[in-house]
This record gives sequence, C-alpha cells and structure tokens, in this order.
Amino acid sequence: MSDQNTEALEPITGIEVPVYLDYNFTAGRATARFLTGVKNGKLLGQRCPSCRNVYIPPRGCCAACGVATEEEVELSNKATVESFTIVHIPIPGNPIKPPYVIANLVPDGANISFLHVLSECKNEDVRIGMRVEALWKDASEWDYAMENIQYFRPIDEPDMEVEEIGRLKDA
Amino acid sequence: MRDIAIVSFVQSDCVRDAGAQNEVELIMPVLRKALDAAGIQSAQDVDFTCSGSCDYLQGAAFAFVSGVDPLGAVPPIKESHVEMDAAWALYEAVLKITMGQAESALVYGFGKSSPGELPIVLSQQLDPYYMAPLWLDSISTAALQARTMLDNGDITEKDMAEVVARSRKNAKSNPHAQLKGDVSVDELLAEPTYLSPLRKHDCCPVSDGACAMVVATVEKAKEWGKPYAVLKGIDHRIESHNFGARDLTQSPSTQAAAKSAGVANGPVEVAEIYAPFSHQEIILKRALGLGDDTVVNPSGGVLAGNLMMASGLSRIGEVAMRIIRGDIKRGIAHATSGHALQQNLVAVLEEA
Amino acid sequence: MADLAAVVGIGQTKYQTKRKDVSIAGLVREAAFNALTDAGLTWDDIDAVVVGKAPDMFEGGIMPELYLTDALGCNGKPMLRVHTAGSVGGSTAIVAASYVQSGMFKRVLTVTYEKQSESNAMWALSNAQPFSPHLNAGAGGFFAPIIREYMRRTNAPYDVGLKVATKDRLHGARNPLAHLQLPNITMKEVEDSPMLWEPLRFLESCPSSDGACALVISNEELAAQSPKKPAWIRGAAMRSEPTMYAGREQVNPQAGIDCAKDVYKQAGITDPRKDLDCAEIYVPFSWYEPMWLENLGFADVGQGWKLTMEGATSLDEKGDIPWNCSGGVLSSNPIGASGMIRFAEAARQVRGDAGDHQVDGAKLAMGHAYGGGAQFFAMWVVGSEKA
Repeated sequence: MSDQNTEALEPITGIEVPVYLDYNFTAGRATARFLTGVKNGKLLGQRCPSCRNVYIPPRGCCAACGVATEEEVELSNKATVESFTIVHIPIPGNPIKPPYVIANLVPDGANISFLHVLSECKNEDVRIGMRVEALWKDASEWDYAMENIQYFRPIDEPDMEVEEIGRLKDA
Repeated sequence: MRDIAIVSFVQSDCVRDAGAQNEVELIMPVLRKALDAAGIQSAQDVDFTCSGSCDYLQGAAFAFVSGVDPLGAVPPIKESHVEMDAAWALYEAVLKITMGQAESALVYGFGKSSPGELPIVLSQQLDPYYMAPLWLDSISTAALQARTMLDNGDITEKDMAEVVARSRKNAKSNPHAQLKGDVSVDELLAEPTYLSPLRKHDCCPVSDGACAMVVATVEKAKEWGKPYAVLKGIDHRIESHNFGARDLTQSPSTQAAAKSAGVANGPVEVAEIYAPFSHQEIILKRALGLGDDTVVNPSGGVLAGNLMMASGLSRIGEVAMRIIRGDIKRGIAHATSGHALQQNLVAVLEEA
Repeated sequence: MADLAAVVGIGQTKYQTKRKDVSIAGLVREAAFNALTDAGLTWDDIDAVVVGKAPDMFEGGIMPELYLTDALGCNGKPMLRVHTAGSVGGSTAIVAASYVQSGMFKRVLTVTYEKQSESNAMWALSNAQPFSPHLNAGAGGFFAPIIREYMRRTNAPYDVGLKVATKDRLHGARNPLAHLQLPNITMKEVEDSPMLWEPLRFLESCPSSDGACALVISNEELAAQSPKKPAWIRGAAMRSEPTMYAGREQVNPQAGIDCAKDVYKQAGITDPRKDLDCAEIYVPFSWYEPMWLENLGFADVGQGWKLTMEGATSLDEKGDIPWNCSGGVLSSNPIGASGMIRFAEAARQVRGDAGDHQVDGAKLAMGHAYGGGAQFFAMWVVGSEKA
C-alpha cells in the first residue's frame, strides 16, 4: 500500500453490531386474566385478601402484603384523575399528537391508579379529582390490550375530594 | 467470616417451560415455603433480602424489579440485587451478616429461560466488540473446551457418558429434577453428537424455576428454634475473559476459591457441583481436589435440571438440606458463571 | 460490629454524550486507573472488584462483569456485579464498603458506568413489553404527575424547578468533568426551553451521558497509608419498597425517609441541615430537589421549596447547605454511575479535594441515590474524621 492510501483511511472508532434475540413472551396468570377481561370489554381488578385493596392492573400479588390476589372485582368504566401531566413529545408507537394529557386514573372500585390518555377536553381544564369515563373502541377492534380503551373523557359529575381518591374500600 | 446458619431452602421443580407464569408467580410459592420452614412470616422478619436474576433471560430490562412484589416490602426493607446467580446474592448477604448489619437474610434466585434461546442469549455475555458479533453460543464454547480435553487425552467420551449416567440415576431420588432415569453408558455413546463432541445429554437442559433460602447468625437460628447447617466458608474468583489467555481444561479459580473457603479442612462427603456440561464436572472435581470417596451431585446436578440464575444457590441448598436431615456431616457446593467456567464460587458446609 | 472503612481513591471520567475514543472496557479502566492513581496504588494492591451498572440492555451486553474482568485487573480475584436500577451507583459503593467493613477484605476497587451512546437507553427504558397493560410514556411521564401533586400540596410557585435547574448547571460549570457546561444559564433560558411533560421543561431534565466513576475503599490500617486524607464512611444504608401498591405515598416515599433515618442514626446526625456541610443528592428532574429536601428531613413537609428559593442549597448564593456542587445528575447522567458519582463527590468534599466546587471546610457530607419508580434508595455519609 502506498502512503497515500493509508492516510486516506480513517481510524475505526465503532462498529454496528445488531443484536437479534427472539423471545416468546407469556403474560402470567393474573395479567392473562386481566387482559382477557379487557378483550371482553371489562376492567377486572383483584383484591388482596389481607389489606382488602383492589389492584388494577393486577399482577398476581399485593406488593404491600406479599400475598397472592385471587378475588376478581369488576370495576366501573368511571374513574377519577389522581394526577396527570401534559405531554409535549410523542410516545413511540402511539399515533396521538402532542400536546396531550396522560393521567393516573383510579377506576371506581379500585385503590390504585393506572396510566391512560385523556381527550375531549381542554388540556388546561384537567384537574386532580376530575371525573372521567372510558371510551372503548368498537368491539370489533378489541384485542388483549389496554388500547381497547381509546381514551377517557370528562363526565358531568362533581370532582372527588383529593383525600378520597383511591381510598374508598368495602366496609 | 463468622459462621452462618442455613435454616431453610426450597426449590421449585425444574420444568422445561413454566408456561404463562410471570416472575411473581414463579417466586411466590418457593418464598412462602422457605419462610414457613424457617418459621417466619415475610421479608419483614429478616434483616436483609438479596436476589439473583438476569433480565436478559426474560428479555425485559428491569425484570427483577417485579421480583420485589412477593416480598411484602411495606414497610420498606433492606434489599439488594445482583445480576448474577443467586449464589452471589448469598455472598452479599454473608458480608452483611458478618459486618453486623443483619442477623438474618432471605436469599432467592429465579430464571425463566424458556422465552428465549438460552445458549444464543448467553453469546451476548462475551466481549461486545470482538466476540459477541460472532454469536458464539455457550454450548459451542463448552464444545471447544471438551474437544481440547479429548485431544489432550485428559478425558474420554466414555468418561463424559459416565457423568451423565450417574446424574440421571441420582436424579431419580430428586423430586425437582427434570431429567432422570436409568441409562447405560453404551446407550449414551450410541446417541449422535449434537454439537460435536457434545451429545445432547452432555448439556444441561433449559429449565424455568426459582429457589429461596433463609440464613441467619447461629444465635438467631437457635432463637428461632430451627435446625440448621453451618456455612463455614465461602469464596469466589474470576478468570480472564479471553479464551486464549487461559487453559480451558483447568479451573484455577475454582482451586483458589476452594483453598480459601477451606474445602480441605475436613472430609468432603458430598459435593454439589454446578457443571452445565458433563466434561466440566470432571474439570471441577479435579480442581476441588476431590477423591473417590466423595459423592458428587447426589441430586443429579444441573445436568438433571438447570435453573439459570438459581442453580448455584440450589447446589448450596442441596448440601445444606442433606446436613439438616442428618444424611451427612460435611459437604461442599460450587457455582459457576460465564462461558467455559470463567467465574466460580465454592462454599463449605458442616453440621451444627 | 462493622469495621471502619474509608474512601482512599476517587476516579472519574469526563462525562459527555459520546465517548467515541474508548470502548466500554477503556471507559471503565480509565476511571479505575484514575482512582488507583489518586490513591497511589497499583492493580496488585486491590483484593476484589465490585462492578455496578443499570440494565444490561442499555449497552446490549449481558453480565458485563465477565467481559470487564481483564480491564479491571480482576483476573484471579473475586468479582461481583450489583444491579438495583437507578440507585445502582450508590448500592454498589455500599456493597463494596461491606467487603471491607466485614473484615473479609482489606482494600477493594469499585466501578460503576454507563456507555449509553453504544445502545439506545431510551428504547431500553421504554420498549413496549408484550402484554404490558401499562401505557409507557417514559420516565417523565411517570414523574411529572407526582411533581404536579407536590405542587398542589405545597402551593409552591411555578419557578422553583427553574431555580434548581439553573443552580445545578451553574455548579456544573465549576466542575470540568460535568457533561453540561452552561456557565451563562439563566432562569429565563430554562423557562423558554421546550416543555416536555408538564411542568418539566427540557432544561429541567437530566442529559444522557457516557461515563464511569470508581472508588478505592480500604480498611483503617491501610487508609493511614493513603496520600490524601481518607473520607471515612460514617454511615451507609439501603431501602426498597414496591413500585406500586395501593395507597403508596409517591411524593414522599417511605423508603427514602427510612433510609435517611438509618444513615443519620449511624452517623450521629440529628439535624441534617445543620450537621451536614453539603450533600450530593440524586435530582434528575428539577422539582426533585424540594421534594427530596423534605423526604430527607432537611426541611419540614411542605417547606422544601422555600429552602430552594432562599438559596440555601446554592454554592453561588453562599447557602448554608449546598446541594450538588458538582452539578448533580442534572449536569451529568451516566445512569449506572450517577449514584456513585454522588457518593464520590461527597467524599471529595470532605477530603478538601473538590476543586472549584469545594465547600470551604466541609467535614461531613451525604451521598444519595434512588432508582426505579423512586423505590430503591441508597445513601451514605462520609466525614473527614473517623467518628
């Protein structure tokens, strides 16, 4: 090789090494039951036999007590905003255009919140304690995924007191 | 280190595919049984909890975080995690107890290898620039090692088959084992090679499962009123990552760890050795300095069932339970990590 | 009881978006070598190595301690790899300290790192898991609603976050190692930056950095040989709680409160604001400063933001309890190392070794790290005196 050739070569500082690994994911019994419920248009929580709190989405155990949750509780489509944020950057893989609101929502009957999107409201009007309800997609589009619910939208009910959000349990 | 009491140990059955069970569902039953056997309620009743697992087995970053759920960590607990076999989680717990910051600990390991192709996943344990792009899976590395030993005259294929036959036979008495039964050396040698010179049976199976152990100071174990085995010594060492820089037919790290843990301080009645491949059991037996009077892998070893990330702790647990049951007075356990026995841990256990 | 242990060597790398000039092994070795040099030692003086980093998927290699053995002079020695999500930098230091505090080892090397540029940390943090019922909106999507709840409870003025973001970057400008060098940053500039997850703006969030941090920890006898003043470990604690459970207090997590109480008790601290000279606290999003001021007992519940607004945590404003003089996580964030950087910077302060971001006469400092959904906490207190 002539000197000219060696000078033209840049030092290699990195290589691209794609990693392709195939995984066969399973959902776990509790998640499978929950997602089956969602496929049928229902939100199913699970109650801890020890502290009586209802979990959604259920993971098979109450993380506070360390005991298995078995009892299923069908939850309402109505929920309360526990907190929220207005997102200005797109979520990878989600067609919704920023800015949009995502909120921690406690469905009636549950004692813990999950995250979902709010719509049909002005971002500035969203507040903690606001009452909302789920708008499900057409049943023909339902799959084993929370995306069956298009979004939650406000309903005409008085705001819930902050101290009560997620606190109400069976007597 | 101070004497540590191993109070209880529980392992799940080694199954090829745990099916639709998530980490929580895999861990909960063994945790419950281990806690019950120690006479305690939850992680609240021990001073420290440590676990071992590997996210990549399940293909999810932070998979171990869900392992905290079955602990009942409210109020908050002292808890840690190693991305290694749970034998090293036990090591971390031993340090905590020895320094006086804990009098008891819960240790557990779990692995759900079935979602991925484990040997291919493990190829990514190698140097990311030079070796991982070659996709050298863990069975191929072991095959290279076995080939070297055969060519050197260190072992014969018959020796390897004998290890497997013994493993399957011993596993008959192990309710958790996945592969068990009577098979002759000739039958084994008649099988075709899988990844030459290894035959399929020379390689441990892929198993899903979990195991858990409760340890404490000897004083605490006495307070609980439970029988226990004593962990007298534990040490671990690692060797160079470069295959060319080490003699793959020997295990100096096992030798050094064994010396430091005090293997030779007494008779070794039983040795539970984590040998994922038959020829490796021979390497390790030699490195541990074991004679013919030591019973090796009475459980069948990992050739009978391999709970990735929990098998190392299982070796230790198997020996502990034999001591607690009064079957033996002294035994050793070994754990390994990485391709071709790169890293090794040795534990010495005695009766109370 | 635990043996005394001290930090006798500290090594860091310059934090920046991409370190194209070193491999992962090179990055880690650089920090380790810097720590050994700082301690006046060689590789042979180390008994064991403890490595820590966040999820393997951030770089793509599995169980990297196996690959890094040679780079860290660990051939023939014990190697361990700790992984406790974002708090890993801190918990690794604590595990390494326990090697010495148990009396089982005399001198250990511990290294934490992240080379996020080699993979895609954002992907690894938020890749959609099949069957996950959770909407994944990134770290900000998790923390922003919690911050909003803090704002609601305290009625804190909207610019508290802006003040923290500005202060930490001005501190960072005093630290040549910090990733973000923004010596002319103003609150207005932060306010004008794009909103990401309300109320967090771009300049109120941490960067993504490559980097490594290493410590050499030794026992009392060997610490006496150290060329620099040792930083004595006066307390160390870890706490974990589940990410999600019914009724979990997210704004002021119990695990943080309990962990702090434990470490203060060990170090003999009754009033952290008064007893500590400074603190390096894991603040990846601006509003976490006032929240952690309360969580860690520097301020009463609901009052943390006042300390921030008064300038109590600012070196430039000569506050009485400067926080994150190094620039903090807001100035540099190699995720796996960030916790140890906090612990290391606390040690630098009490050694009088913190250059332009030194707090004069610092004798007692705190390092803090948290991870996951603010559920894993690791903290330590180091001092210039043994007790």
